[in-house]
Amino acid sequence: MPALLEAIGLKKHFDVEAGGFFRRTQSVLRAVDGVDLTIQPGETLGLVGESGCGKSTLGRLLIRLIPATAGQVVFDGQEITRLGANRLRAVRKGMQIVFQDPFGALNPRMPVEETILEPLLIHGSRRNDESRAAVAKMLDMVGLPNSARTRFPHEFSGGQRQRIGIARALILRPKLVVCDEPVSALDVSVQAQIVNLLSDLQGELGLTYLFIAHDLGVVKHISTRVAVMYLGKVVEVADKRSLYARPSHPYTRALLASVPVTHPSQRKRGAGAPLRGDIPTALAPPAGCRFHTRCPHVMPVCRIQEPAMRQAAEGHEAACHLLPTDPSV
Amino acid sequence: MSLLEVRDLATSFRTSSGEVTAIEDVSFTLEKGEILGIVGESGSGKSVTALAIMGLLPRPPARILGGTINFEGQDLLKLSDRSMQRLRGPGIAMVFQEPMTSLNPVFTIGEQIMETIQAHEDLSQRARFARAVEMLDKVGIPSASARMTDYPHQLSGGQRQRVMLAMALVCRPRILIADEPTTALDVTIQAQILELLMDLRDELGMAILMITHNMGVIAETADRVMVMYAGRMVEQAPVTRLFDRPLHPYTRGLLSCVPTLDQDQDRLVAIPGSLPEPSNRPPGCRFSARCVHAIPACSQALPPLEAFEPNHQAACIRVRELG
Repeated sequence: MPALLEAIGLKKHFDVEAGGFFRRTQSVLRAVDGVDLTIQPGETLGLVGESGCGKSTLGRLLIRLIPATAGQVVFDGQEITRLGANRLRAVRKGMQIVFQDPFGALNPRMPVEETILEPLLIHGSRRNDESRAAVAKMLDMVGLPNSARTRFPHEFSGGQRQRIGIARALILRPKLVVCDEPVSALDVSVQAQIVNLLSDLQGELGLTYLFIAHDLGVVKHISTRVAVMYLGKVVEVADKRSLYARPSHPYTRALLASVPVTHPSQRKRGAGAPLRGDIPTALAPPAGCRFHTRCPHVMPVCRIQEPAMRQAAEGHEAACHLLPTDPSV
Repeated sequence: MSLLEVRDLATSFRTSSGEVTAIEDVSFTLEKGEILGIVGESGSGKSVTALAIMGLLPRPPARILGGTINFEGQDLLKLSDRSMQRLRGPGIAMVFQEPMTSLNPVFTIGEQIMETIQAHEDLSQRARFARAVEMLDKVGIPSASARMTDYPHQLSGGQRQRVMLAMALVCRPRILIADEPTTALDVTIQAQILELLMDLRDELGMAILMITHNMGVIAETADRVMVMYAGRMVEQAPVTRLFDRPLHPYTRGLLSCVPTLDQDQDRLVAIPGSLPEPSNRPPGCRFSARCVHAIPACSQALPPLEAFEPNHQAACIRVRELG
């Protein structure tokens, strides 16, 4: 089956001014620095990593909310990084996004019906009974009462606002939905409702998700495959089961080992935290393997040569010099 | 006698829609060297409880409606502002969730730590400097004496939280209140800070009130746990007992609604509905509107906190039936 989306050598560099008041220096922040990634139709690709690793930037690049510095994105058979405005609009209908902050992402002065209707109007529908019926149906699908139509965002709880955000993203019946930390701003007792809703809608509408999150438990629950990012690079990508059962990259292993235990009897006192030190800045990523400054298995080669993706198992790749180069091994 | 004993604490806030109760009937004890976890979501009253103990609730709009906070034999609610100020630091210290907003951006971290020492102890400049460096070293700031002249913005989030800890611990408090100390941090940094807190507890023998919404943080650190919902305590138990046999439907919901790494579920067990606004809490049991086990009696009267084991209390009238 051809991939629904494929990214090849994708990069996003931001120019930033740094330094003191009198010594301004221009430097480049390498938020996404050469990512190859595929998303298969109907799957949920989980994208995890710590703050500043570039996962949100990558999500926005893939649906061209921001322009890429280099590389290509092929969506549904079409290269989209250099499309003109008109052609892009047609493609955009197929790719939508759900944001983290359900309050900041909604216009506070717009009643819910207008918020959900707006994408339809932008893409050529008329404001008529048909489009209003589509909104009513969408509200029902995300579990909001019909009376919500005339109300404003501030009248809803965080979880309900996220339902509005989901309805707005799905009204155009997109193929791909980027969910950027869709539950991390919600109270834990409400998160499960939204995760379940996203799963249900995926089944009903045949959606494909890119699910960006820092919560490894939520990602494990919802994903088909998982990609791990560190400092602008994807360092490991695998089938969910394979990744969580046999993580190959030392960073993935440390990330999983850092997750708090689920029962007090599993405490490992005195073992020390899995990782020492902080994440280096993306303004000056370390040479060679970007993880070498924190890696417990660092070898001389890691400081010089950047490791390419290697196969660790069937459908399981990681960028680490510890893995054998011969893919048949 | 317990190190800290809170009895029937109740506070309210004046809002545009009238006076709203923030917490009520909050009672618990904290022993020397113990880590008591307080778990709750937004509006549960966990942070208000902490601020009331610290004497940091802005009054007005906040008001203490009643209760006592006994620390080493004195009721903190009766202390003057001046005495309270002397106690904050060497007696009880606090670290907050957001280390960037809790540090002053225009002073170096060294100045800020030394200022804390100066407020409580009569030491020479040189001795203060040495003490500050020693504390920074203890919380794991590399080349501590060189970092004394750094400003908060020059540090990473994890390092800022370490500096906050150094500042809180520099006067050797008997109690540390940690209000969501790792919520703003990444998971690898969270593991470092939790490890550090446990080490410092062992080394300094202080007690910790660990306030969090994250059951994983509780599982990693707490000795005992108190669960709060909408301004009231709903359950209290030793940590292993709480995870093995949660009694209150809310606690059970909290433990089962979060997906974990060691189990696979097709569907998450969600708690229906959303948290009530403080001005719009349901009558009777505050959780009744979201509880799958609710019966009419639940919304008629507040369920009392009842002991089901010597150390295990829950506020639910159906605990015995539900088993």
